Formats: sequence, C-alpha cells, structure tokens
Amino acid sequence: MQQRTPIEEQIDLPFVESLRISFQSLKIRFGRSIITTAGITLGIAFLVSVWTNNEIGIALQESGRQSTINTFEETAEQGISTKDIWLIIMSLIVCVVGIANSMLMAVTERFREIGTMKCLGALDGFVVRLFLLESGFQGFSGALIGALIGTLGAVLLGLKDYGLDLFFYFPLLPANPEDGPMQLGVIIIILLGCILGMILAVIGSSFPAWRAAKLPPAEAMRTEV
Amino acid sequence: MADIVVKTEDVVKEYRMGSNILRALDGINIEIERGEYISLMGPSGSGKSTLFNMIGALDRPTEGQVYIDGQNMSQLSQKQIAAFRCHRVGYIFQSYNLLHVRSAHGNVTLPMIFAGISEKQRNEKAEKLLDMVGLGDRMYHLPDELSGGQRQRVAIARALANDPSIVLADEPTANLDTITGREIIDLIKRLNTEQGVTVISATHDLKMLDVSDRIVDIRDGLVERIRNRNEIEIEVGEVGGEGE
Repeated sequence: MQQRTPIEEQIDLPFVESLRISFQSLKIRFGRSIITTAGITLGIAFLVSVWTNNEIGIALQESGRQSTINTFEETAEQGISTKDIWLIIMSLIVCVVGIANSMLMAVTERFREIGTMKCLGALDGFVVRLFLLESGFQGFSGALIGALIGTLGAVLLGLKDYGLDLFFYFPLLPANPEDGPMQLGVIIIILLGCILGMILAVIGSSFPAWRAAKLPPAEAMRTEV
Repeated sequence: MADIVVKTEDVVKEYRMGSNILRALDGINIEIERGEYISLMGPSGSGKSTLFNMIGALDRPTEGQVYIDGQNMSQLSQKQIAAFRCHRVGYIFQSYNLLHVRSAHGNVTLPMIFAGISEKQRNEKAEKLLDMVGLGDRMYHLPDELSGGQRQRVAIARALANDPSIVLADEPTANLDTITGREIIDLIKRLNTEQGVTVISATHDLKMLDVSDRIVDIRDGLVERIRNRNEIEIEVGEVGGEGE
C-alpha cells in the first residue's frame, strides 16, 4: 500500500472564530439559553438577597436603629448570627447545585453536537473553549441580573422592616472592620455574586464538555439523553 | 498494483456492558481500493456500524490496525486525527447529524471553518455544493425547516466540503422513504463516478446493491463473504420482485 501525503496536524482556530460561533449558538438557542440563564439568575438572586438583607440588618443595628420586627432573639445581638450564617450557607449550596445542574443539563443535551463537531474536524480544545465562552457569558449576565434582583428584594424587605432610615445607613461600601463586625458592603456582594455565578457556570459546563470532547465521536453521538 | 485506500488488519472491538464483554468485531480483514463503492451489509447488531466507526476514526479498535492512505491510524496524534476527519473523510449519518442551530449553509461551512479556509472562499464553496445537491433555493433554512431527504442532501454537501478522498455513509437511507432513498443513493453514486470519491457505506438497504462495486457481508462481527458487482446483478434481479 503506497503512502500518500502524510497527515498534517489540525490547525487551532483563531479566538474570534470561537467567539463568533459561540454567540451565534447562544442567539439561535435563545429560548433555551434564557432558561439556563434563569437558573443562574435565581440562584444568585437568592444568595445576594439573603446576604444583602443580612448586611442591612447589621448596618442598621450598628446605627442604633432597631428593626421594628424582632422575630428572632438573635436579631438583637451584635454581628452575624448563627441563623444568618446558616441561611447564607444554605443559599450558597442551593445556588451551587442549581447552577451546576442547569449547566450540566445544557451540555448533556448537546453531546451529539459535540460528537458531530469532532467528526467535522474540531479539536477537543476548541469544543471546550466554545462551551467555556458560552457558559461564561451566560453565567456573567445571569448572575448580574440575579444580583440586581436580589439586592432589590433585600432593599424592599429592608424598607418594610426599617422604613426610609434604610437609605441613610445603607451599607453600600465595606465598613471599617474596627468599627464592628465585618461588613462587605452591597457593591462587593454584587461583584462576588457575579464572579461566583460565572465561575460556577463555567465549571458546571466545561467539565462535562471536556468529558464529552475527550470521548471518541462515535461514543459521544451514541449518548442518548 | 491496486491503490488500496483502506486496509484493516484483524480489527477487534469489544464493548464492556456491565460485567459482560460484547465482541462487536471479531477480527476483520478488508482492503478497499481507491474509487470503489463499497457497501457493508448485514443485519442490525452485525457490527457493520462499528466497523464503519473504525474506518472513519470515530472510535478506536480494541485490537488490530486500521490503515488509511497507508497511514496507521493508531499512531496518529489527536491533532492529526482531527485533521484526518476534517480533510480526508466526509461522514454521512442515518440521522443526518446536522447542527440544528446552523442553517444548511452554516452546516456546510463548518468543516471549512475548521480547515481554516477564508470566509469568502467557504461561502462560495458552500453555495456551489448546495446547488449541486439541489438545495440552491433553501440554503439559509435551518435543518428543522427541511424534509428528511433535504437534510440528508445538506449532510452530503457538508461531507464534501473539504474535498475528502473517502465518503463514509452510515445507513444514509434508513430514515427515508423509497423514492427519496433512491435519490440519495443516486447522488452518492454520482459523486463516486464523477469525482472519483471512494464511498464506503454501511447499509441494509437492498437498493444499494446495484450501485456498489463490491458488497462486504458482515455477520456476527466477521466478514461472511465479499461479493463483486457481476455476482450482485443476478441477485438484484431476484430480489426485484419483492416489492422493495
């Protein structure tokens, strides 16, 4: 058997091309993207609202202004109570699981597409990069919307509890740690929420995408969801 | 000396199913010449699709070697395998496997994007190929807006995007009605005769018989027999009356 021209190495695509393909995919899959993004938005909204609500509580306690509604004894104590810590941890877990789940689903239903792209000559790295870009964008936009909704929710709750005083003592910026319990401030919380949402979305999608990209295309295409 | 484009040496493929090992291929040896139209025939579960996957570098054999263009596939790096799939082979599947988020045109350009071809060139080529398969007027439709036969035509155009030397077709007519299936077979045959593309098709569609140069019958993971075209023509006459 005679040897033809040796098989060359597949080229890496320029970044712009990946960006274009991933945005196109988000655009056409808009309905589905919105549902996935909504999962991220809800998780982050929950976390940010609980956290911000807590910060508002602390800020107003610090100011000497008590909540008009004291349902828990802890509210009178200084700083973050055990209940609040639990609430934040719980909301964090709900957020992590929720986002990981929606990203996993979104990638798993596209295994066949991953296999097909590999048949057409896509490199494993390209497939992963595509999902990384898509999920990073979804994660960031979803988390930003979620953080804003969460903050709005916490402000509305605060208004109910503290009235307009809320705006005089609103913990927008981090408090000086010497002045009392640690307070991050709402801006930092929003930022952390966005970063967390993005990281979770990227991990939640690129891990299964990487696994699918490593599979031989025949196996990826066989996978039924 | 014949120009052998595909050669398999004692190819074995085993699948692990829980504690059982299923031997889908049990030592396959075949040689395929350049420009041939080969049909791999056999009932479902015979291993023909598995063999198809081995030849197309879509899966790795458990044992044995596959040579394409004289190149041992097991010695290629990941990047070389990607380039091989991109440039040397065109795949056509039973369920079309079009990317449903991309238009017919977008599906045909994708392999050319992977090959690094400029936008202008790939647009021209995609238009030419879609015209050739008779979809010049539905180029920007999404796959969901096309019929089964039209989708398979898009898949054929996509398979030809990077001028492969081999076209692999896995049950290309299985989801199509008889007439549409016939049209698809004729189209693939035309590529084979006019452009000299080697066609390897896994099928159990009897309509494939009379266009094939050779038929490889696969049964229980083994090559049962290999029939030539002249032997086939007699049999086609026999099955013709079955109302296929």
